[in-house]
Amino acid sequence: MPVSSVPASGIRKVLVIGSGPIVIGQAAEFDYSGSQACRSLSEEGVEVVLVNSNPATIMTDVETADRVYIEPLTVDFLTRVLEQERPQGLLATLGGQTGLNLAVALAESGVLDRHGVRLLGTPLSAIRQAEDRQEFKNAMLSFGEPVPESVVAHAGEEARAFAARVGYPVVVRPAYTLGGTGGGIAADSRSLEEIVSLGLSASRIHQVLVERSVVGWKEIEYEVMRDRLGTCITVCNMENLDPMGVHTGDSIVIAPSQTLTDREYQMLRNASLRIIRGLGIEGGCNIQFALDPRSERYYVIEVNPRVSRSSALASKATGYPIARVAAKIALGRTLDEIRNAVTGVTSAAFEPALDYVVMKIPRWPFDKFPQASRRLGTQMQATGETMAIGRSVEEALLKAIRSLDAGTDGLLYPPAAGWSRDDLRRRIAEPCDERMYALAEGLRRGMPPQEIADLSQIDLFFIHKIANIVGIEEVLRRRRDPETLRDAKRLGLADRTIARLWGTAPDQVREARQAQGIAPVFKVVDTCAGEFPAATPYYYSTYAQEDEVPQSSRPRIVVLGSGPIRIGQGIEFDYSSVHAVKALRAEGLDAILINNNPETVSTDFDVASRLYMEPLTEEDVLHVVERERAGGVIVQVGGQTGLNLAGPLARAGVRILGTSVDSLDASEDRGRFGELLRRIGIPHPAGDAVRSVEEGKAAAERLGYPLLVRPSYVLGGRGMEIVTTQAELVQYLEAAFEGEPEHPVLIDVYVDGTEVEIDAVSDGEALYLPGVMEHVERAGVHSGDSLAVFPAQHLAPEEMEQIVSHTAAIARALQVKGFLNIQFVVKDGTVYVLEANLRSSRTVPFVSKAAGAHLVPLAIRVMLGASLSDLGYPGITVLPAPARISVKAPVFSSEKLGKLDVLLGPEMTSTGEVMGQDTSLAGALYRALAGAGVTVPDERALLASIADRDKPEALDLLRRFEGLGFTVYATDDTAKFLAAHGVRAIHVGKNGGSQTAIRLVLEQAVGLVINTPTRGRTPGRTGFALRRAAFERHLPCFTSLDTAAAFLDVLQAMARREIPLPRAAREVSPL
Amino acid sequence: MALHEHTQGLTTGHPARLALEDGLVLEGRAIGARGWAGGEVVFTTAMTGYEEVLSDPSYRGQLVTMAYPLIGNYGVSGAAWESFRPHVAGFIVSEAADRPHHWHSERTLAQALPQWEIVGIADVDTRRLVRHLRTYGLKRGVISTEAVSDEVLVARAGALPDIGTLDLVAAVSTQAAQHVPGPGPRIAVLDCGIKRGIIEHLKQRGCDVWVLPHRTPADAMLELEPAGVVLSPGPGDPKILPYQVEQVRRLWERLPIFGICLGHQLIGRASGADTFKLPFGHRGSNHPVKDLETGRVCVTTQNHGYAVDEGSLPKEMMVTHRNLNDGTVEGLRHRRLPIVSVQYHPEGRPGPHDSGYLFDQWMTMIGGRPHAGSSPAPLATRG
Repeated sequence: MPVSSVPASGIRKVLVIGSGPIVIGQAAEFDYSGSQACRSLSEEGVEVVLVNSNPATIMTDVETADRVYIEPLTVDFLTRVLEQERPQGLLATLGGQTGLNLAVALAESGVLDRHGVRLLGTPLSAIRQAEDRQEFKNAMLSFGEPVPESVVAHAGEEARAFAARVGYPVVVRPAYTLGGTGGGIAADSRSLEEIVSLGLSASRIHQVLVERSVVGWKEIEYEVMRDRLGTCITVCNMENLDPMGVHTGDSIVIAPSQTLTDREYQMLRNASLRIIRGLGIEGGCNIQFALDPRSERYYVIEVNPRVSRSSALASKATGYPIARVAAKIALGRTLDEIRNAVTGVTSAAFEPALDYVVMKIPRWPFDKFPQASRRLGTQMQATGETMAIGRSVEEALLKAIRSLDAGTDGLLYPPAAGWSRDDLRRRIAEPCDERMYALAEGLRRGMPPQEIADLSQIDLFFIHKIANIVGIEEVLRRRRDPETLRDAKRLGLADRTIARLWGTAPDQVREARQAQGIAPVFKVVDTCAGEFPAATPYYYSTYAQEDEVPQSSRPRIVVLGSGPIRIGQGIEFDYSSVHAVKALRAEGLDAILINNNPETVSTDFDVASRLYMEPLTEEDVLHVVERERAGGVIVQVGGQTGLNLAGPLARAGVRILGTSVDSLDASEDRGRFGELLRRIGIPHPAGDAVRSVEEGKAAAERLGYPLLVRPSYVLGGRGMEIVTTQAELVQYLEAAFEGEPEHPVLIDVYVDGTEVEIDAVSDGEALYLPGVMEHVERAGVHSGDSLAVFPAQHLAPEEMEQIVSHTAAIARALQVKGFLNIQFVVKDGTVYVLEANLRSSRTVPFVSKAAGAHLVPLAIRVMLGASLSDLGYPGITVLPAPARISVKAPVFSSEKLGKLDVLLGPEMTSTGEVMGQDTSLAGALYRALAGAGVTVPDERALLASIADRDKPEALDLLRRFEGLGFTVYATDDTAKFLAAHGVRAIHVGKNGGSQTAIRLVLEQAVGLVINTPTRGRTPGRTGFALRRAAFERHLPCFTSLDTAAAFLDVLQAMARREIPLPRAAREVSPL
Repeated sequence: MALHEHTQGLTTGHPARLALEDGLVLEGRAIGARGWAGGEVVFTTAMTGYEEVLSDPSYRGQLVTMAYPLIGNYGVSGAAWESFRPHVAGFIVSEAADRPHHWHSERTLAQALPQWEIVGIADVDTRRLVRHLRTYGLKRGVISTEAVSDEVLVARAGALPDIGTLDLVAAVSTQAAQHVPGPGPRIAVLDCGIKRGIIEHLKQRGCDVWVLPHRTPADAMLELEPAGVVLSPGPGDPKILPYQVEQVRRLWERLPIFGICLGHQLIGRASGADTFKLPFGHRGSNHPVKDLETGRVCVTTQNHGYAVDEGSLPKEMMVTHRNLNDGTVEGLRHRRLPIVSVQYHPEGRPGPHDSGYLFDQWMTMIGGRPHAGSSPAPLATRG
């Protein structure tokens, strides 16, 4: 094919906007798309300038682009970057909704015109037509495409009048929002009122679309690409198992569509091509349709004129790199000029043909928010997703369920047996995270498939597939013959599930299989259904005849990825997985990656030597390890998922590289760890492990309140609380033992000090320590939710010495070979160890970027057997403090999670993070907070509602706010206390009266809220309502005085004009 | 509870085998008629449209492998048929849905195949088969439900005649002329294996269509005084159709001609060019074809085992379209005369409708009106 060396557009320098922190609806998929696109642009000889605030991304590695700015994604900061860099083009379609909204804002502010910056790929008109509900409707009608009857509303009245005319339910969709924020389905006028009000405030142009509901219709998506010559292709289509009414991000999705005839498939494909042509998009877009399950009627529901979560899924499902191709198209390349990176010979102008089934299942955070409603709707709530590939629907479904890493290995779901008939029917009829289990349970109890299909509105085709799985479960309960076993494996059942049905151990099922020679084969994802030889090293397992894994002469090391993104185990672990793979390949080894998260960089087909899109369970991992005859497995980069597999894999005879399984266990088991600390004389908060409420009460007597209570095996501080009274303790223990009676609960003295944290690499003797992070919030706030400063600013030299010596002692005692993360609390000159994680932690990317130290490659080389001394770091190496201070700020997705409380505590609830860097602490804090969306209020007024124990400390803080010209409003007791101590505060009632606290917030009469909650599980109703109101109005709301004080520092520095301009991120020095 | 009895795709059911002439034998489950059927084993990568595939006359004499593993999901209704009867000699799938669901589904694939007396096999590792055929070229093969040895089946496959020697066109063409009346220009269609989709495209554009038997002499076509002639797709090797090539050559200076698939090959041969057999053919709904005049690429439906040899084309024929995968000729145009052809299927079925515009161009060429309504996927800027 003829390829000119310069793209037609003549663009030489491009600014790429990333998507910022991970929030629900905007996760790792944009790191995947963004970093792939940056590489693609570089291949074209274009200079790439990247702006993103999220340090936990591959995208913000200095190697990804020519210039990387880790700066807040605001119009203000981007304008300054544009002024400084003067690119010719802006590529905003890679940064999710954030990127798109910023592009519109930059264009509207005139910055782009002023500097002659061209918006590449998707024209502004197309963004408006796709995002503005009225323009969307007009555009679709002008293309001859049907849209559901609707009205664009700017106020509740218009919405009500429309609903009265077409009848309820109606769907509310706010303009310019992400993941359906603020939207919903209104069943009656009361809920309509509420949803419209929320939707209007969520929309940046204060506009919602209210449309006739097509709930229950099939939801079908197409991924479409178009180049400047008008060539259009559809990369793939996808069918949502959950019909219309559930956000596609919360839907179980299968690719390609299964229940569409060719006529229907082509009808919607034709519509897709008409739409992308009509919009004039040069690049990719995602189009969602509703298709009547009883006719060929359809509606266009939504168009995303950018790469998206769905495009990432489509790329992983087909092997077609949408972002890579879209980036080249944006530069003026045509599809036929772009090489198909998969086959290496054909061009990008084709449509992938699949010869397998892809299943995506969302991962919801309801385990972290037991109080949240599990009901699914038009507003996305999932934090992540898993993808599985199989040669049948059943196989793909079961593999995807296993990949969730949520305790189920199939459709057997213990709680289901306890559901009453009504419970069950409700869970089938109402979309919820447990629906798949409910469908299976219904079938088990003998409900006819048709009845289940009618209730759930899920296509009967899929209900029958679930029935097949339930059917083989029934056969397995009665039969143990090889044929049944073979059938069960072909349908995708896990050994563990079969063992449960047989009343035996998974190992015995495994042995039975091996005796019969029943083992999976691995097939290639090649975009062409086997028609051409493919160069992609991208595999999935299935029970068929032919295996396609080539023989490799190089040593092979397996890296376990971290699975779906969830609170506590996010993109940070994918960052480490990717760097682990890179480090292994740099050593000349074959890096074999196992992961099942379609959003990530690690599952890009050209990252690992060979990629296996597989569940991360003992059985599935063993299959890969055996097939590859791998020399070892790296478990330290895949978060808790990887670590939890270390023991089982080691018992199966697999070599675990780095720190021994026994040491991993010693660090995880808090009893053993406490013992170890005592033995080597390191202070730690006194504590005990208790197995009953009575034991707990006795321990508390001995230790004294306040106490930190938590289960013995934890992920992201799950189930951790601070209790101050015996009543709270008993309540906690009762709940904990009910959930997991086999695991003890740990009770520790709560040390109310400064929390600090380190990430280091050790080889068992030497130690490499890039520095120490200090948390802004005192101990008790989960480390994942606190502001963290690197390097620590307030440590005395003796404290620093203790941190280093404790770290070295633990590394030696546990013979750590690889990563080491320790959390400390410092109080009155003593450094206590809270916990140690012998794996790559959440903060490794942040520390790597803040310190300019590549921790992952170093750790990998140690795991491969090198000593730190060999690598040039003998003894104890502590890096000198860098010139710039870095601050990591957490970002919450509270807007998405319905009626949840959003206060800081020992439970981690943030979904993402941003980094701010500057020469001053205030400057770094400013950038971090700005990046996290904490805005400096226009309104110089604040509302304070402070818990009794915090009141004395709040006095000084509020005085300082007053000094900056803030009017202080305070609720009842707080106001009294302030008045008594000479702070002028305007009293507002918590309840009743005309000027209540809530109203102040809702009317945005105040610019920020400080509300520290009463400790314990049952926060006051007023505080909760205040915090929700602040979130809904996008007002900063501080639930810790420490965060508020940090913010105050920023305000004061700004008042003194001490916050400098953005500049390129510091080079990270190569190892 | 008897749910397990619904469990499908498993080792229950009558066994069947697929045997290739080169000795490859794959076991599976019978989903069609009992007995055996032989033919050239081919594969299509089309993910939807199994009914269209089954009823496409160009698959005559072939055992068709569906590369997509789940076939029969939306059942069988006949609504999507491309001709009056199924044509494949045998059908090879990974999983045949035994409980399909769709509002117009009437029966399952496994119910329909025996009624049509088509032998079929399911539970085959179809990807293995596709890779085998891709690597070693298309093979003769046999699907059998009989209790005979593998060797017998392999020998039987090896004894089958080469598909290139069979006059399959005669078996699929209409026996008598058929008239599909319309108000617009009259079109003579030489039926070597016409698909319903092509007739419908002509009907939509108002054409007065005469579908003629494959051995209709040129003079008889001219007697109808058509505005143009459409040469249909069809099965087999164009080399064994000298009579038809001769008739086409006679029409050369007399009428506008539009050749599709086999029709394209007939035009190629009539112009003096040679045709050759592709190693494993083009069959699927995703073949990229570049229009060399506009630079635009269309995703096309293809179903052919032979192609026009570019090197042998006379000067007066120009290549207008090219396959992006292997560079083979996908479209021809006579430099002086109104003669055009494409190797692919502008009617899709199954597959994309992107190339429907070719029928509009054809209408312009014969002086009729292009499609009045909206073409399925209009190429708005197409000049």
